[in-house]
Amino acid sequence: MYQGMLAETVTITGYHDDEIGAYLARPLGPGPFPGVLVIHHAPGWDTATKEIARRFAYEGYLAIAPNLYHRFGPDLAPDDAAAAARANGWITTDQFLGDAGGALRFLRALPVSNGKVGTIGYCSGGRQSFLAACELPIDAAVDCYGAFVVSSSPPELPFRMEPIIDRAPKISCPILGLFGVEDKNPSPDEVAQIDAELTRLGKEHEFHSFENAGHGFFAVDRPMYRVEAAVQGWRLLLDFYGRHLS
Amino acid sequence: MCSYVVEKTAVIGSAKAAGTWTPITNAVVAVDHPFHAPVDHALIVDFVNAGRPVNERVALELSVASARDLIASMQAALDAFGEGG
Repeated sequence: MYQGMLAETVTITGYHDDEIGAYLARPLGPGPFPGVLVIHHAPGWDTATKEIARRFAYEGYLAIAPNLYHRFGPDLAPDDAAAAARANGWITTDQFLGDAGGALRFLRALPVSNGKVGTIGYCSGGRQSFLAACELPIDAAVDCYGAFVVSSSPPELPFRMEPIIDRAPKISCPILGLFGVEDKNPSPDEVAQIDAELTRLGKEHEFHSFENAGHGFFAVDRPMYRVEAAVQGWRLLLDFYGRHLS
Repeated sequence: MCSYVVEKTAVIGSAKAAGTWTPITNAVVAVDHPFHAPVDHALIVDFVNAGRPVNERVALELSVASARDLIASMQAALDAFGEGG
């Protein structure tokens, strides 16, 4: 069986109609293919994020990862852009939603799109994937150990993260949550709070918490990587997308 | 986790990278996922010159344990020197 993909940087129209960079990986062939918006984590639009996009293309998805730090410098190396983000208070919620919305429109406009798009994010991106489920027209969302959904960052910090669980009544798609029981942020107690609130609101969701795994267990290039949780997590999320994005 | 723990402080001094000295005006200190160091979380310090591009900063990523040791060493050296400077 022939299999191929195309991976390249593209320009999309995001928040305030700004043009920003994005990494697009897609299978070759006539489609139609579902789409996935891959949200990079706080360390930036890095190699790991682009590897994840290519994995989704391999699995038959149109995957796009917008450079959420584009405005700090479109040609900056990912670590330099992340340094600029740290120094300048990261990015605003409105800017994220504007850029994510632009990425969704870009995916759905591709001739080979089947019109359905999911989101996925890890760590800070997990929180943003949850946020997208609340605020954007998506068909499925995956939250991988997103912190600060029900809690706030410490008040003494100059850049404070606020909880977003109050937006949950607006969720309009199924959510898959993947967590590690050894994680401190989100802790198992926080995960239970999110689970209970989504149940109370009648929002379709499924949460899985893995033993012997903490924060970041999908990250293949860090000590926190946990092979059993990561392999099982990939199986679960591909099954989830298969049910909701086909 | 992506902790968003960031502190900023003004500094007076210089830093050297790639064979070139440059004045620095600020230090941005974070404890978060590093970009390069092979640890889950690191003390990240960016020494920057406010008038220069961010890619000219001098960056450090230290394991949390070694960062605490370094801070203790720095404090001990300053204590041994005493007041003034």
